[in-house]
This record gives sequence, C-alpha cells and structure tokens, in this order.
Amino acid sequence: MRAVWKPENVSAVQSSVNDAIRSGYSLEIVGNGSKRQLGRPVDASITLDVSGLKGIQLYEPEELILVVAPGTLLSDVNSLLESHGQHLAFEPPDYGPLWGQAGDRGTIGGAIMSGRGGPRRLTAGAARDFMLGVKAINGSGELFSAGGRVVKNVTGFDLPKLVTGSFGTLCVVVELTLKVLPKAPESATFVLCGLDVDEASTVIQDVFRDMTAQVSSAAFLPMDIACHSSVAEIQSMGESVTLLRLEGFGLSVMTGLDELSKVFRQSASTKILDKELSKVLWKEIGGAHYFALGESPLWFLSVPPACGAHLGKRLAQELNGRFFFDWAGGGIWFETPNNMDADAFRIRQLLAEVTGNDGHATLIRADERIRSVVSPFQPLPQPLALMNQRVRLQFDPDGVFNPGRMYENIHAD
Amino acid sequence: MLMPAPDSALLKRRGEFLNALRAIVPGEGVIDDHASLAAYECDALLAYRQRPMLVVLPETVEQVSQVLAYCHQVGLKVVPRGSGTSLSGGALPLEDGIVLALGKFNRILEVDLANRCVVVQPGVTNASVTDAVSDKGFYYAPDPSSQIICSIGGNVAENSGGVHCLKYGMTSNNILGVELVLMDGSILRLGGKHLDPQALDLLGLICGSEGLLGVVTEVTVRVLRSPETQRALLLGFADVESAGACVADIIAKGLIPAAMEIMDKTAIHAAESFVHAGYPLDVEALLLVELDGPPVEVDHFVDMVSATGRKFGAVSTRLSNSEAERKKFWAGRKAAFPAIGQISPDYYCVDGTIPRRMLPRALREIAELSEIFGLKVANVFHAGDGNLHPLILYNADLQGELERAEAFGAAILKLCVELGGVLTGEHGVGVEKRDLMEVQFTQTDLDQQQRLKCAFDPDGLLNPGKVFPTLHRCAEQGRVHVHRGEMRFPDVERF
Repeated sequence: MRAVWKPENVSAVQSSVNDAIRSGYSLEIVGNGSKRQLGRPVDASITLDVSGLKGIQLYEPEELILVVAPGTLLSDVNSLLESHGQHLAFEPPDYGPLWGQAGDRGTIGGAIMSGRGGPRRLTAGAARDFMLGVKAINGSGELFSAGGRVVKNVTGFDLPKLVTGSFGTLCVVVELTLKVLPKAPESATFVLCGLDVDEASTVIQDVFRDMTAQVSSAAFLPMDIACHSSVAEIQSMGESVTLLRLEGFGLSVMTGLDELSKVFRQSASTKILDKELSKVLWKEIGGAHYFALGESPLWFLSVPPACGAHLGKRLAQELNGRFFFDWAGGGIWFETPNNMDADAFRIRQLLAEVTGNDGHATLIRADERIRSVVSPFQPLPQPLALMNQRVRLQFDPDGVFNPGRMYENIHAD
Repeated sequence: MLMPAPDSALLKRRGEFLNALRAIVPGEGVIDDHASLAAYECDALLAYRQRPMLVVLPETVEQVSQVLAYCHQVGLKVVPRGSGTSLSGGALPLEDGIVLALGKFNRILEVDLANRCVVVQPGVTNASVTDAVSDKGFYYAPDPSSQIICSIGGNVAENSGGVHCLKYGMTSNNILGVELVLMDGSILRLGGKHLDPQALDLLGLICGSEGLLGVVTEVTVRVLRSPETQRALLLGFADVESAGACVADIIAKGLIPAAMEIMDKTAIHAAESFVHAGYPLDVEALLLVELDGPPVEVDHFVDMVSATGRKFGAVSTRLSNSEAERKKFWAGRKAAFPAIGQISPDYYCVDGTIPRRMLPRALREIAELSEIFGLKVANVFHAGDGNLHPLILYNADLQGELERAEAFGAAILKLCVELGGVLTGEHGVGVEKRDLMEVQFTQTDLDQQQRLKCAFDPDGLLNPGKVFPTLHRCAEQGRVHVHRGEMRFPDVERF
C-alpha cells in the first residue's frame, strides 16, 4: 500500500513537493479520484491527495470571475453559480458513474486537469477556453502564477490553457481562475425520432448551416442507446433519437422550436422535451451514462463533426460494439466488447482512414491491464511526441508528477 | 528601448547569408537593398524603428522550413512578420537578424462549411476570411480594428481580440488547428478540424506567443453563422460611474451583448467632430451596446438594456433603426483613434485590462496622471471585458514629449496591475511592455514562461528581445532543471 500525503494548504503542498524532490519520490496527484482510472496507471511512490485544498476564494458574478481551490467539489461550484444565474459554459461532464461510482463526486481541479467538456462544448468552447489564470507548483518545487483575474488578457505565454487537460503531468495546481457566464434562463430539446445515423448527421448539418434557431448542442442516440436513457420519453420510444438543444431567453427558445417544427414535422416524427427533462438528458449524454452499467472498454473519439456519422457506423458494424455521437458528430462514444486489447489498433486505424488522420481516440474506460498495454491517449507522431515531452520537462524536469499518466515516460537524459 | 546588442560577427557575414537565403528562396524572395528594407523597419508601433539585415519572403512551407533550419545552423536571428500591424512592436526587426515575412502565404485553402471551418494560409487578412464565407451566411468572429489589413498569422501570434470578443472570444477561442515550423526547421501540426487537443494543448500555448515559439504556416479557423439581426444602442450618461454601473447590471441580468463600448467626453467630442456620428455632446460618457441574434431576442434585449440605462440615469438613449444607422453609431467609435489624430499631432494608445468595477477609480487616477505628466488623454474602453484604451495626446516634435507619453503609458499600465488587472488585453507585450512584465509577474513566474522557450527554440533565435525583460539561458541537452538560487543569472543581459 502506497503512502498518502494529504496537505491541507498551499504551503503544505509546496513542502510535500519539495520533500518528494529531495527524497527522489514521484507523486500521483489526486482529488476525489472520480477520473483516476482515466489514462495509464501511474507508477508513483506517494499519493498526493489535494482534495483538502477547498473553497471559493473569490466570486464576482458581474466580472464573470471565479477563483477557486482545486479540491472544491464541482457540484458545489455549480450550485453557487446557479444561485447567481451563471454556470461553467463548457459543461464539465460527470464520468464517475462509468466506473460504478456515485455521481457528482468530482472536483473542479479534476474537471480542469482532465480538460473534458460536455455537450455544450460544441458551441460554447472547451474547459481551456474558460481558464483565465492558474497558481501551481512546478517540479522544482516553485510556486508560480500565470494568466490573470480578468476575462481579457494576452500578457505572457498562455500557461493556463496549457495546464488544462494536462492530467497533472506538468504541475500541482493550487488555485484556478475561471471565466463564468450567465446561464440561459430557458432551454428545451427538439427530438427527431427514428432517423438513421446518416439522416441524423444531414439534419444536424442543415440546422447549423441554414437555420436561425440557436442550437447549443446536437447529438444522436441509436435505438440501442436511447433505450437506456433515464428520461422515460426517450427510453420508451423504441427508436433512435436525434437531439437538438436550444438555450436562451424564453421567446428565442420558442421561436427556435417553431422553426424546427415547421421544417421537420413533414419528414420525421418529432417531440419536444422541456427544460427539466433536457437537463437530465444532456447530463447523461455528457457523462455517457448509457454505458454506466457495463465494464467493457469505452472510447471517446474527437473528429471533424461531418465524419462522425460514418465513423460511428463503421465502428459499430466492424467491431460489433455500440456508439452514439455528441458535438454534432465531433465526439463519438464507442463501447467495444473486446476485452483483450480494446480494439485500440483497429479503432485508430478506422479513425485515420475515415478522417484523413484528423482526430484522436482516447480510451476512457478499461481495466488496468489493458491500460498498461494499450496507450489510452492516442500515440503521437514523433515530432509531436518529442515536443510534448520537452514541454513537460520544462515544468517537471525530474518527472515527479503523475509519471506515465498520459504517455510512457521517455527520459530526456 | 534597448534591444539585444547586434553581433558584429553576424553583420560581417551579410553577403554569405544573402547568397544562402537566395538559394532557398530564389528570384525576388530576398530583399537586400537599403531602400526596400526601410518598408520593414517598424510595425504599427511607429516609435521604434530598426532596419533589418535582410527580408525573406518565402512562398512555401518547405522554404520556411529550410530558411529556419539554415538560420538555426548559422545562428541567425529571425523576426516573423505578418502584415506589420502590431501595436506593441512584436515585429520590430533586429539589425543582425532577418525578417521572415509571410505576406505571400495569401491563399484561402479550403472552405468547409459541413465542419464550419476555413483553412487559410497565415498571410490571408482577417477580413477576407469573412469575405470567403459571407455569401453562405457565415463569418469569422474575431475582429481587431485593423481587420482589413492584419493577417491571420499575426492574429494567432498576438491572440488578437476586437470589440466583439466578450461574447465571441479572442483568436485562441476561434482557431482549431495550425501548421507550425520550429526554429530547427521541423514541421508540426497541432489540431485540425476536430475540436479537442490531442495530448498537451500546444495550440493554446502557440496562440499569443508573439512569434517566440514558431512560425505558423497554415491556420484552421472556426466560422459562425452570421447573426440574423444586429442593433445598436447609444446611451449617454452624466458621469462615467453610471455608465460602468449600467454595464455591470446588464451582465448581472444575464445578458452578454455582442459589444459594449464606453467613450469619455474627450473621445466623444473628437469622434463627433471627425465623422458626425450624431453623438450627444453634453454627456460625460457614452455607452454603445450592440445586440445580435434572432429578431425576437434582440427586441427583448433592447428593452432590457434601455430599461437598465434608465435605471442608471441615462440622459439620452438612441436605438439604431436601420443598418445604416447602426453603422453610423459605430463609425464614431471606430474612428476614435484617427479622430484623436485630428486633434493632436501624435497619440499613444495604451492597452490594459482592469476588473470592470475599478473603472471609475481607474479613470480618476488616469486624470490625475494626466495632470502630473502634463499630457491630455482620451479614453475608449471595451467595457464588457474591462479592456481600457487610453489615448495619450502628445507632440513628437517637442523635445521629450514622446518619452513623457511613454512614461505616462507605463504609469497607466502599472495602475491596471495595481487594480487587479493586467498589462495587455489584446495588443500584446512585444517590446512596448516588455520591461513592465516584472510589475505583473514574479521572477519565478517569468522563469516558468521562459522555460517554454527552451522547448521550442533553445538557442533563442526566434524574435529575441520581445515579451521578456531578460534573455533566458537554456541548460544544455534539454536538461533544464536549475536548482534554486542559480535561477536568477545575476550577470544576465538586461535590455
């Protein structure tokens, strides 16, 4: 059993890092561990639990600024923002249920360090687009700041973006400054029933190209996924669903729904889900909760949106698995029954073939054995791999933080 | 402003460099005559000028790669340049270095509306991206005021903003991928048409790195559907505090307008006499709010903003009732800089960001500084995001006035940091704000940023002398771990 260090404040985190450097220890950095099984298994001497760094340090709704300690629960952040009619627009997803955990255990630090965005990421931007500033401790034990506490800033290199999604491989983050936005007061979901995946993709492209309705998210659930929805209206339908979310002021949402109804009511049977049902539905889409009951390997593919339908279909057919797409086709969730190597090679080969090598596949869920032999993060072409490694060394020259979490360590010496 | 001292050994080898570069970029691809080089001696920060040793105008990514590899091999410094519209001296040449101008990379490579993106070469102007898709009802959101001339490559280097970036983001929020050539000539592709970064977000790092990390040779930008309707409101206030409070309340009500601009009395009067936009002259502050979206939504927002204006004592309210009128409202704001040029021989544009609630205090202290430095100032302000653009009026022909204007500008930027803001909201650090970086960052902060330079350009040949107040030495062989106490390089060259 590996030792756990749990510093409760910033200077204690810094001492922990310095102790580790002095003793030649490596550290696995964890918050509440809701995404700990995402990535390669970390071979570290000590677990550095930073969930004790908690609390909202500054929240200025009118300035759109939130400064928060990384161990703060994401659900606490969400409730606070909600009480002021605001939110994190990138809609950080809750993956806990994918590993059989209870929902809403994740921290804001985990949400940012994994860099994942939910369904609204399509139109509102990713986690990195809302990261304004960071305070962190680098692998030399130094506390540094980057970015700022204002929404518009180009002073110096944009380290806050670089740190986002780095899975703790660069530094230990001790404070985050985020841009928050007003939350649309109304929302609804327009549902087209029974389309096949290609028809769904065409509808979605048409909507974004030709229509004025302000659609914030667009997803397609085939019948074998839709039947696992916790929203009864979707679950009981017995058909595929193509989903368009509208968000805005009441009148804009209504006008948008009218437009969609006029255009599509001839060609498909349609339905409208109200605000409350929409909320439940898009949360389960963001966290891919349809796969929560299983343990089979689960992938997320980031591809050009127009490729999504074709790639999803081929994956399901050729590898005999289940898929759905979000982000208008730009994000494909795919579960494969292959428990040997999770079909890593074949999935990445198909992705390259269909997209012309424009995108990547990440193994979100698989048992530890598979994650040690298959790279969960898509292997990088050589010059890019080298650059990732070089950048990492500029933060953490001795490889103290989360060794091997993203890629196997190549030592620079 | 001190730049790294030129290396006389390099200056002597000019002929050798010229021949080698001509072998890579033949014909008129290398400029060496004194008169033509003059065209490159500054960017839009006119106060600083330096004729470069040579200017190279490559046409292909292979040539860019070969030029950089050659310069890397011989230790020749390189200053990348787009259209030269930087307001912070980002493209200021070096006497012992070449300028690598990307103007010939001027083609739009692909319009892909199914994926809502456009692939362009870096020399394409910002406005021509929108021109390429506007007939299909799309546009490219970032709109720096120089958008007719400024290049996408330059926008990426500076992470350019514009008046609409509170709602639509800056350049970094609107690009999906780049092709990047490193100083050693190697070529990387970061991103593409897919949404999320693969591995570390190097694209996020490159954007806004001011030409210090690599040379961008292709950019994939996201395009958006053009809004159905755009309307503008002009609200006049008896004091700046009320205008600022009105902006805060609009945001607190959950509305993010497409743009919110505040002008002070000096700026209003200068703009009005220059373009006759119909601005009220009896107000202390003018707030211009633009709303866009579906007509029902815009109507709703117009009512909300008007009511908020009344609540904060707006003494005049006008709503644009036609596209022509909306453009007229904007004409005054957009002409604010040249309008100041009409009332003063020279002006110096400052670019800091503050938390918006600090606006009244910032303007009060700027007025006090104006007294102290004996120079007039006009204020225009991207009110939604707190980005302040004081315009300092001076006369460069008068002995010492430029220096005084610069000192005044530096004092304003220090004030921005003191108030919880930053040195630059959208114009970049360049050479202009380089020596102020220590006001905002500690040495440890700057060291962490500068170490990134070692990953991309360990010899420090790409755009040296910009952004950071000291040159950084990279430890050998990629081993950059320098223990504490040895970090500060007491003998380091300061500019």
